[in-house]
Amino acid sequence: MDILLSQLFAGLSLGSVLLLAALGLALTFGQMGVINMAHGEFMMAGAYTAFVVQGVIGSAGISLLVALPLGFVVGGLLGLLLEATLIHRMYHRPLDTLLVTWGVALVLQQVARDVFGAPNVDVTAPEWLSGAVTIGDVTLPKTRLFILTVAIVCVATLSIALKATPLGRRIRAVVQNRDLAETSGVSSRGTDRLTFFIGSGLAGIAGVALTLLGSIGPTLGTSYIVDAFLVVVAGGIGQIKGTVIAATALGLMQAFFEYSTTASVAKVLVFVVIVAFLQVRPQGLVTVRTRSLV
Amino acid sequence: MRPRTHAGTRSLGALSIAALAAGALTACGAQVDTAGGEPSEATGAGCVDTSGDTVKIGFLNSLSGTMAISEQTVHDSLQLAASEINADGGVLGKELEIVTEDGQSEPTVFAEKATKLITSDCVAAVFGGWTSASRKAMLPVFESQDSLLFYPVQYEGLESSPNIFYTGATTNQQIVPGLDYLAEQGVESLFLVGSDYVFPRTANKIINAYAEAHGIEVLGEEYAPLGHTDFSTIVNKVRSADADAVFNTLNGDSNVAFFKEYSNAGLGPDDMPVLSVSIAEEEIGGIGVENVEGQLTAWNYYQTVDTPENAAFVEAFQAEYGADRVTSDPMEAAYDSLYLWKGMVEKAESFDVADVQEAADGVSFDAPEGTVTVNGDNHHIAKTALIGRIGDDGLIYTEWSSDGPIEPDPFLEGYDWAEGLS
Repeated sequence: MDILLSQLFAGLSLGSVLLLAALGLALTFGQMGVINMAHGEFMMAGAYTAFVVQGVIGSAGISLLVALPLGFVVGGLLGLLLEATLIHRMYHRPLDTLLVTWGVALVLQQVARDVFGAPNVDVTAPEWLSGAVTIGDVTLPKTRLFILTVAIVCVATLSIALKATPLGRRIRAVVQNRDLAETSGVSSRGTDRLTFFIGSGLAGIAGVALTLLGSIGPTLGTSYIVDAFLVVVAGGIGQIKGTVIAATALGLMQAFFEYSTTASVAKVLVFVVIVAFLQVRPQGLVTVRTRSLV
Repeated sequence: MRPRTHAGTRSLGALSIAALAAGALTACGAQVDTAGGEPSEATGAGCVDTSGDTVKIGFLNSLSGTMAISEQTVHDSLQLAASEINADGGVLGKELEIVTEDGQSEPTVFAEKATKLITSDCVAAVFGGWTSASRKAMLPVFESQDSLLFYPVQYEGLESSPNIFYTGATTNQQIVPGLDYLAEQGVESLFLVGSDYVFPRTANKIINAYAEAHGIEVLGEEYAPLGHTDFSTIVNKVRSADADAVFNTLNGDSNVAFFKEYSNAGLGPDDMPVLSVSIAEEEIGGIGVENVEGQLTAWNYYQTVDTPENAAFVEAFQAEYGADRVTSDPMEAAYDSLYLWKGMVEKAESFDVADVQEAADGVSFDAPEGTVTVNGDNHHIAKTALIGRIGDDGLIYTEWSSDGPIEPDPFLEGYDWAEGLS
């Protein structure tokens, strides 16, 4: 029973990591149709932001809290730069964006290698996040509780921003019908930029959070980008709700499959489930209904 | 006109899956052991030119790709050894001329570049390789071209080639002493954690055989795919198995995620010590000292080894590459390999492959780790096993050492319990 609860938490926690990695993609890939292979490298930039901030501030306790918003800004600015220089020339050309952003990803990895060196660097977890909370026989590492919280806050903020603010309304309008939105006076150009800024910024936040769990090196992003795309595709393109459900489901599946088999087999099983699911529901869990033809 | 419909969504989805597949393929490419391409029939080592004042040798390390992190350090210490030897008058009076090639972390590239070094650069010997996949890809090249490879990394054993000298540890100089140490500490149960490829799987086969013969219970055996980033489930399994110790054969970045999870979950060296065979000084910085302090490692060399040769080696290395650099076991084994080759050549008074092979037995070198001696039969070297404990300064301190150098036994023929493993 205890191990079931431990695994339940492990699954939810893995889900929250996947969600953080995928949330920004749900915006840029889902809502704008841009396949951004450099999304993982924006996470990497966020992680290195945490490293630099820790070097400047010194105290691990404060630096994490400073790094979270700063990681958002760094990721966002990188995204903005990418959008303004390359991606805005290639909307409607998904294959080209795929190749171009992959190239950008490789360039960013090499830049990180040149600036910070090839070996991994370390970000010390703050004192208040070390150790675990024990309830009965179930151990909940504090870092994972923290990441779960960060994920929930990000999703809540994003949903409120999309639903209740004028900015969110513009984004949704452009997603649902770009031409109609433009005719109604919404600047789709400005909206695109903003969406990309927010999506990439979320990758930055994910990167900062991941410093608590894994290695911080030039290839950090590549470890997560595949899973992040899976979450977005399975969740249904263009929907935050779908992304949340898919991330949670994938996290739980991985945790329980891995517990009853092995890590390698669990990965295979998760892929099989996703492929089978997409056969039945190619559009993903949740989709936007529009009235447009074709 | 850019309507969003199911059809559009579907094609985007398909496209992204294709992209994922492409990404996954390239990610795996580095690990896959694609067999070495058949080398073309050529005269091979016969073209080595020793008539002038110089002699060519090849350094073949991955200077790009996923293994560059580790192999660059080996390359650095090879360069150091070469410049020391040249400053000291070279080998048989001839200055070493280094030809550097990049193995690009791809076994097939290692095989191609090895062929190039032997047949077109005409080098007298090649130094390098790291992953077992790269070594296995190069092996047929060196055998068919009858040239020499010096391989500097500890590995899973069960191999011996007349054309390769293995200057890192084989299993009976690293894993078996590690188990001896744990048994001596009263460990009665073990949990095995490793990456999912040849080295950990072979190592764990040996560990299981040892455990069975010595009354140690193996409570679990878990493998994570290379590059695995989430260890919460594996740590949960380790915790609930509650073994006396964990034997860790994880490789690469997975160690970072594993040890962060391990210490975040409140486990430490006092509850359940972890003995690792792939974490050296170089990796500790990236894992974070606070996550591995007090844990155990098994190697044949640490930066803290107290010999005059090591003091000189560390000083020379840091003078060349910076005071913040650390030295590790594979780097030291690579440094030794060049000196051992020099010893063999000088004993043979010839650069010829057959003469060097003939002269190899008994050649020794006062290495930073202590004296090492070449075994002419299996081409491995006798070296002392050291169990170390990671200190709060990120260096590793010797906790236990074997009684003198251990004779290499790559096929574990001298161990009754290992019967049937090879």
